Amino acid sequence: MKERDGDLKILLKDSLPLAGETELQRDLWPEMLRKFEERTFHVPWWDWALLAGVAVSFFAFPGLIPALLYHL
Amino acid sequence: MELLERFAKGDVDAFESLFRQYQGEVYRWIRRIVRNTATAEDITVETFWRMYRAHAQFDSARGNCGAWLRRIATHAAIDYLHRSRDEISLLDDPAAPTLQPPGEQLELRREIYRAMNKLSPALRAVILLALVEEEPYESIARALGISEGAVKVRVFRGVRILRKALQQAGVHA
Repeated sequence: MKERDGDLKILLKDSLPLAGETELQRDLWPEMLRKFEERTFHVPWWDWALLAGVAVSFFAFPGLIPALLYHL
Repeated sequence: MELLERFAKGDVDAFESLFRQYQGEVYRWIRRIVRNTATAEDITVETFWRMYRAHAQFDSARGNCGAWLRRIATHAAIDYLHRSRDEISLLDDPAAPTLQPPGEQLELRREIYRAMNKLSPALRAVILLALVEEEPYESIARALGISEGAVKVRVFRGVRILRKALQQAGVHA
């Protein structure tokens, strides 16, 4: 490649289009509402892991079920 | 009750008002860092999501919602750069003005993109904001929650890495 001299800043500005003045083209509130809905019903993976652990324990040791019910 | 106070208490209507008031400003800031329209929109929504989750931490008495949002937005954008580090291409922005440069120019541009991709996300964000977008150091410092001196150090380190990468590619800057 042909060697180039010049200031790094000018080189960067020449190569990267300015982004700062680009306006938002649409209202993002509907996306925000969608995100609210997704996150509201989202169950974290550790909750599923806990539930699976409890289910496995009950399957392996059925005697735990009446013991747990007694203590509830 | 003031809008910010209501937001700090978790009022969704107040949040919506703030969202509508600040979405454009947040989007423009994020776009300066990620340089892609669709990504900037996604991160804008993520920024407001983080803002809403942190509503209880917002000090409505101090009231500087814009500055707080800008800081959240900057960190959300840098998090995105971390996640997509090997995928990001500064060439892939359909919204960017596309004047296809001639062959040699295009090759030079590719080398610059490669050099930029060698920077850590935090350094890349600072270089883009300081050198390309010409944001004042003070504004970058506030957005990152660091001192102006720390911004200068990051610019210095970023420039050094870029120069080295470009020199290795045969470009002298």
